[in-house]
Amino acid sequence: MNHHNNSDNNEKNIGLNNEGKLKTFLNKEITNKRMDNRILLDKVGRKLFSLSILFALTVLAILFYRIGAQSIGWLDLQFLTSNLSIFPEKAGIYGVIIGSFLLMAVVIPVTLILGISTAIYLEEYANKGRFQSFINVNISNLAGVPSVIFGLLGLTVFGRLLNLGSSILAGGLTLSLLVLPIVVVAGQEAIRAVPGFLRDGAYAMGATKWTTVRTVVLPSALPGILTGSILAISRAIGETAPLVVLGIPALILRVPHSIMSDFTALPIQIYYWTLDTVLTPEYANLAAATIVVLLVLLFLLNSVAIVIRNKYQRRY
Amino acid sequence: MSESNHVRDIIRNNIKHRKNRLEIIMPKFFLIAGSISILTTIGIVLTLLIDAYHFFEQVPIREIFSTELAPLAVNPSFGILPLINGTIITSLIAMCVAVPIGLTAAMYLSEFASDNTRKTIKPVMEVLAGIPTIVYGFFAYSFVTPLLMNLIPTLEAKNALSPGIVMGIMIIPLVTSLSEDAMSSVPNDMREGALALGSTRLEVTLKVVIPAAISGIIASFVLAISRAIGETMIVTIASGSSKNFTFDITQSMQTMTAYIVEFTSGDAGIGTGYYSLYAVGLILFIFTLVMNLLARYISRKYREEY
Repeated sequence: MNHHNNSDNNEKNIGLNNEGKLKTFLNKEITNKRMDNRILLDKVGRKLFSLSILFALTVLAILFYRIGAQSIGWLDLQFLTSNLSIFPEKAGIYGVIIGSFLLMAVVIPVTLILGISTAIYLEEYANKGRFQSFINVNISNLAGVPSVIFGLLGLTVFGRLLNLGSSILAGGLTLSLLVLPIVVVAGQEAIRAVPGFLRDGAYAMGATKWTTVRTVVLPSALPGILTGSILAISRAIGETAPLVVLGIPALILRVPHSIMSDFTALPIQIYYWTLDTVLTPEYANLAAATIVVLLVLLFLLNSVAIVIRNKYQRRY
Repeated sequence: MSESNHVRDIIRNNIKHRKNRLEIIMPKFFLIAGSISILTTIGIVLTLLIDAYHFFEQVPIREIFSTELAPLAVNPSFGILPLINGTIITSLIAMCVAVPIGLTAAMYLSEFASDNTRKTIKPVMEVLAGIPTIVYGFFAYSFVTPLLMNLIPTLEAKNALSPGIVMGIMIIPLVTSLSEDAMSSVPNDMREGALALGSTRLEVTLKVVIPAAISGIIASFVLAISRAIGETMIVTIASGSSKNFTFDITQSMQTMTAYIVEFTSGDAGIGTGYYSLYAVGLILFIFTLVMNLLARYISRKYREEY
């Protein structure tokens, strides 16, 4: 009686697991003990695998909860509007936020112009041959170079050779080179997705190559390019290592006023405050509050990217 | 009659000329922009080679294979083994976390989850991947280390274990999304064939899908190792700057990346210590380049075509 119940249950489960396809093949007579074991293993496997997902979700939740909890009481208007200070109660990140924005004012135009041009060149102009695949391999290798190495490049080329020191310009150019591959790859994919008949139509009406690219290809590829660009920018906003290597000083009490000023940005400030928690425990709260600001900024950027993706993505 | 012809010619010439100019200029501009990426690579290689050369002029190559690292001492020594040891150990810990969790999560998403579950989980994985590493560093130092101290009382405030684990968590999305891509490109015919022969979902996954997708899965592991080796902020914050050569993961260890950060953010000035950054950078660059090329080679060479 007991066994009968079991096999009934099993049959139901098989039906569920395999979308009913197996039901015709399996009946009570061939559902033997071995089958029971296999089905049990299947269930255990499914549970175990879903635990991995659960683990990742839990870590994410704990991370947000911890950082949120530590920032409570510290993240207020005064924190956002006043300047850096060695006294935790008085410290604010106004100058740090300005620093991050000025940094992006360098990164965004440089990355977009270079990245989109490279993508256009590779997809529309380059002969499909050795040179094109050479640049492609080169770009995917660049994407794998550790960010701290880009810091060394920036330190040597922008900081020392071009004598830009640890200015916003030097930092911005370094970060631009770092995130360039993201924009190029996204741009290439977006341009490749523009169907050939649109180009043929433009050519048939007498348009030249550049006119076709400007009036047909770029407008249809724009949503994809923008989505990729926003992802690149959010990578640049959170990047710390190259800037630290450039030699951004630990504490600057002035607000940066131009792209030639020395500066500190959100991730660097988080780094220095975290390092100094040994001396002043309250710095951990300041770091947590700064992280919240950074994460909110990233969240806003990514929401814009998702909206663009969903609203303007055309399918042919 | 002839005058109107003349005017027409002028207009035609003008149009032709203006169009031609942009037609010629724009491709050149694009080519120059495109060559920036090549210049970047050349710049990186030259920067590292030249200053690493200065370093090896002052320090005999034999010396870097020692376990003695004291760049700021009166008689400085530049053995790089402690840094390589620290890098490999933290990366290994990270892989111990990222591989089992990342792969099983990919198996679940690709083979077991419904479309709706997949649609909700994937964005969450993207969030996990989009968090800046400095945030993970803070998390490792201020949450994971104290948590582990409760379990292991001998754990030091800066140690290799905690950043290793957090680095593994950071890499999970990379392993999951690349492995899942590899698994979902296995054609459905193969799954259905195995199911028709009476396999359970688990058997299909382990005996059909994973063997078919193995090149992509292994490539994702190799890329993950490369990410772990190049990861900087988590280890800089949570693993500290002890230059001891040790295998004890409860102690502080310095990685190659953390060494570079420590030296540039302090005042390295100009000297052997400054040039040692580039020697370490060069070794780091070669490590990650080899890993990335290896990953590409594996996924090309052993890909099964359907």
